[in-house]
Amino acid sequence: MISSTSLYPVLGLILLVVAWLIAADRQHPSRWSSSTFWALYGLIFLIGDWLPPALIGAFVLLMALVAGTGRLKRPVEPAVELTASNSGRWLFGPALLLPVVTLLGAVLVSQIPELAAVIDPSSATLVCLGLACAIAFGWTLLLTKESPVQGVREQQRLLEAMGFAVILPQLLAVLGLLFNQSGVGKGIAELVSQLPLLDSPLIAVVLYCSAMALFTVIMGNAFAAFPVITAGIGIPILMGVHQANPAVVAAIGMFCGYCGTLMTPMAANFNLVPALLLGLRDQHAVIRAQLGTALPLLFINMLLMYQLAF
Amino acid sequence: MNYWPFLGIAVVVIGFVLRFNPVIVVFAALITTGLSALLSPIELLAAIGTAFLKTRSLPLILFLPLAIIGLLERHGLKQQAQQLITRIKSATVGRLLITYLAVRELSAALGLTSLGGHPQMVRPLIAPMAEALAEQQTKLTEAQRERVKALAAATDNVGLFFGEDVFVAFGAVVLMHTVLVESGIAVDPLHIALWGLPTAFAAFVLHSVRLYRFDRQLTRSRR
Repeated sequence: MISSTSLYPVLGLILLVVAWLIAADRQHPSRWSSSTFWALYGLIFLIGDWLPPALIGAFVLLMALVAGTGRLKRPVEPAVELTASNSGRWLFGPALLLPVVTLLGAVLVSQIPELAAVIDPSSATLVCLGLACAIAFGWTLLLTKESPVQGVREQQRLLEAMGFAVILPQLLAVLGLLFNQSGVGKGIAELVSQLPLLDSPLIAVVLYCSAMALFTVIMGNAFAAFPVITAGIGIPILMGVHQANPAVVAAIGMFCGYCGTLMTPMAANFNLVPALLLGLRDQHAVIRAQLGTALPLLFINMLLMYQLAF
Repeated sequence: MNYWPFLGIAVVVIGFVLRFNPVIVVFAALITTGLSALLSPIELLAAIGTAFLKTRSLPLILFLPLAIIGLLERHGLKQQAQQLITRIKSATVGRLLITYLAVRELSAALGLTSLGGHPQMVRPLIAPMAEALAEQQTKLTEAQRERVKALAAATDNVGLFFGEDVFVAFGAVVLMHTVLVESGIAVDPLHIALWGLPTAFAAFVLHSVRLYRFDRQLTRSRR
């Protein structure tokens, strides 16, 4: 059965080649720290499952130190010299093939049982993304007449453009899991449940919605906030005392969390990584551009919940 | 109840407020949370390692398409995208991004969340197109250029977030359903998805109005 884990060794090898390319580059401003970083990341993908977890943990902390202390510098980019090519409009081909094949594959796996027996349906999108990447990579090499090594060089260029943010999304996910393990969620639920009973449904709505947004801002993930805040305020007070419609409270409550996601640097993969991918000077520029939508929308959510839930 | 692990949250909040490097903030929060949960250093390392292995699919989506995008960029994909979009006479930044918002949100609502994304769509196609159109509308200042690109990324996020929850088989709906059912509240997942519609609609209108106003400001700043 093919699942997303089958892709890990492939990415591991790519990252090891990246590490090797950096180590071979004498001009690289952070030759050894960068190549160590990518070698460790590569090893975790390639043979992580066979290493003792504590060793992986030590790798991760070392990588975080390298990234966090500014030791992932990128080489001065010779202002991307464009290679003249006659491929023209065909360049859109591989770029559009990526989402189309991913989609098509995922839909096929969910519809055809024979396929679902070969490809793990729970990670079908990822597997199909991997497949799409393989096809698109081949097509791109044909179009551009480049070598696969040049492909890895481009990979390196874009990875290094992200700087420290490259490890942030995964590190935050780890923090979320650790918070859960150490009972932070339960503690918050307990604290919230000790609030005095809220007599006014309006105040309960405002409290629930702001708590969802605020806790998401802290955790960077609405999925982490939802069970905690809903168990703490949503179920006992809104649905219990005030008899609110559970489907409305849940649906709109989760969206309040999403408003929080739009406002927090903790949601690194949506907010910080794009800012770096687009080469913006202010790493919070994307959050700033989202505030004007997120804040009014949070307010609208409160109104909607108050109108629709009772 | 051991409330000490809350220290980890405090570290995160203080770290971000004081604008320390986010990686260092999370690093410090990991260690604080682990130690205050009374884990031994080895247990903490093992917990971090196990969690890191579990979350490997996260960078997968981000890293895999990069080689392709990089090669296409070197051969002029951005320029092609810009040429293509500026040929359309009626195209403006606002109209482009509102159209993208509609496509992204509708496709996400149908469960097609992979039709977009920052490395595959925004960096190679949407942001350069938006930039080229903005350049036609006015002589861009550096601040305006940054704003255009940031709005392109923001539009992808807004479309994805407020579309995907309307799709009944999406993880969020499943999560909401599970949480409610575990607390003994019977609810139909379809209803949860449907009650997401008013917010999904409000998000589209609100963000579109902002894009439209930005568009007008840009054109006016030409004079």
